[in-house]
Amino acid sequence: MAASADADFKTRLQNWIPKLVLSPSLAMMLVFVYGFILFSVYLSFTDSRILPSFGWVGWENYDKLWRLSHWETSLINMGIFASLYIVICTCIGLGLAIFLDQKIRGEGLLRPIYLYPMALSFIVTGTAWKWFLDPGIGLENVMHTWGWTSFEFDWIKNRDYAIYTVVLAAVWQTSGFVMAMFLAGLRGIDNEILRAAQMDGASNWNLYRRIIIPQLRPAFLSAFVILSHLAIKTFDLVIALTGGGPGRATELPATFMYSYTFTRNQMGIGAASATIMLMTIAAIMIPYLYAELREKR
Amino acid sequence: MSQATQDTAIRTGRVTRTLIYLVLLLFGLFYLLPLYVMLVNSVKPLEEITGGGMMNLPQVFTIEPWLKAWSSAQIGVDPTGLKPYFWNSIKMVVPAVIVSTILGALNGYVLTKWRFKYDTILFGLMLFACFIPFQIVLIPMARMLGIIGLAGTTWGLALVHVVYGIGFTTLYFRNYYAVFPTELIRAAQIDGAGFFQIFWRILLPSSGPIAVVSIIWQFTNIWNDFLFGASFADANSQPMTVALNNLVQSSTGVKEYNVHFAGAILAAMPTLLVYIVAGRYFVRGLMAGSVKG
Repeated sequence: MAASADADFKTRLQNWIPKLVLSPSLAMMLVFVYGFILFSVYLSFTDSRILPSFGWVGWENYDKLWRLSHWETSLINMGIFASLYIVICTCIGLGLAIFLDQKIRGEGLLRPIYLYPMALSFIVTGTAWKWFLDPGIGLENVMHTWGWTSFEFDWIKNRDYAIYTVVLAAVWQTSGFVMAMFLAGLRGIDNEILRAAQMDGASNWNLYRRIIIPQLRPAFLSAFVILSHLAIKTFDLVIALTGGGPGRATELPATFMYSYTFTRNQMGIGAASATIMLMTIAAIMIPYLYAELREKR
Repeated sequence: MSQATQDTAIRTGRVTRTLIYLVLLLFGLFYLLPLYVMLVNSVKPLEEITGGGMMNLPQVFTIEPWLKAWSSAQIGVDPTGLKPYFWNSIKMVVPAVIVSTILGALNGYVLTKWRFKYDTILFGLMLFACFIPFQIVLIPMARMLGIIGLAGTTWGLALVHVVYGIGFTTLYFRNYYAVFPTELIRAAQIDGAGFFQIFWRILLPSSGPIAVVSIIWQFTNIWNDFLFGASFADANSQPMTVALNNLVQSSTGVKEYNVHFAGAILAAMPTLLVYIVAGRYFVRGLMAGSVKG
């Protein structure tokens, strides 16, 4: 009798151990992620300024936010930045992957060269490009000393073009990674189908357009999800490259949120902007994760 | 000529191949350009850079900028160089990587081999947590660190990185363990092996490849983080990235581009080294884990 009760206890303990092991992580996640999200969303409806405060103000912060030209600028910049960044990274990534897949000599050397920027901090990337693009000492100056005196390249100091330098540096950093994703996809395609199509006289162009690229759909989807969430989170690169300037020409929602919360002491508005950023990412990520997890059950 | 060994069955003509090589090389130069600029200018005297020689190899070779960036450059109020901040980063990265990897391994093990009701939903919640914009947790996190007495400390930063790193480490280990034969686990259970015994004796010995992935991923992300460092660290606990940014953005005095470049390389060095030494294993380990999740 006692022995079986003991065994019973042991099996019950065995059943509980896995959940016990998981519980610290779950607790941390529930508090630090979802609890904090609720707290921030709540703050966005309060009159918090320099410190959190709990006076309910309804939608006032959102009203103010949408009337700020500063926020409007950062949204427009986000639109320009995200669309160019995603499209250019995808094109370069796909192009390089297709080219590298042609039994290239030296692939083993080129691949790491394409990929290493991913290992760097955005602050390092920003610093390098900041001085390289600086008209005083960088590219423009170099061209002048090489004799091309009419050469002008001052985008980083130009309100209308500075955002494109952010795109340039961001593409430099991540396009190699997108290449690797597409390359993995290409290597997974069955060559038998391609040979059969070649027998039928399909040109290379048609092979890629009709057979290969459609098969890369999962890679396109992952690339889009990863790039779009990186775009929305872009913060350090702008800080290091342009500091949001000249003026506010390269402000993005992430830098807006940071400056309103920590330097302008408008925490309520900062929290409202963070909530909008979260909603945007959720709109992209949740359907994707839902589909992924369902498939894999 | 047999086509069977080719990576792809596509055949290309000579002109096309030349063009392909040309494009590939040009992009190679594009990716190397900033590294080249940083390297050559970090060993030049300042006049050579301001004189328009940014693309040239150094005429006078000097390691002065490196020494200055490391030990005497003005960062914040003190001329300390990047050295103390480098150690801050180490002290933050090492515990955070170890703890988040261990937790990720255990979570992955539970979520694949000890499945229970709603485990997929829990995992989904963890996974979504990887992708949230961290702006949404900055304000409450700053308060929480104050309440538990870790505000402005390296330990506080390490804790933050553990919390927001678990999602990814769990994802890696879960996908890796998912393809591990469950029969082996059941057999060990029948032989009377307990939860930890199974983990220790059966799963852990074959977890090398995915542990490498998790460690490299966490190391790179935490070392390169700027947002948390800038938000939660005080002057004495700032990580390398924040210090580098302070060095470059400081508005006082002459802009010492050569010192900035040397500092940038110093900040990039650890992750670059990890990438050069272990990058191959990272890709290989990822492939092993992504067979079927």
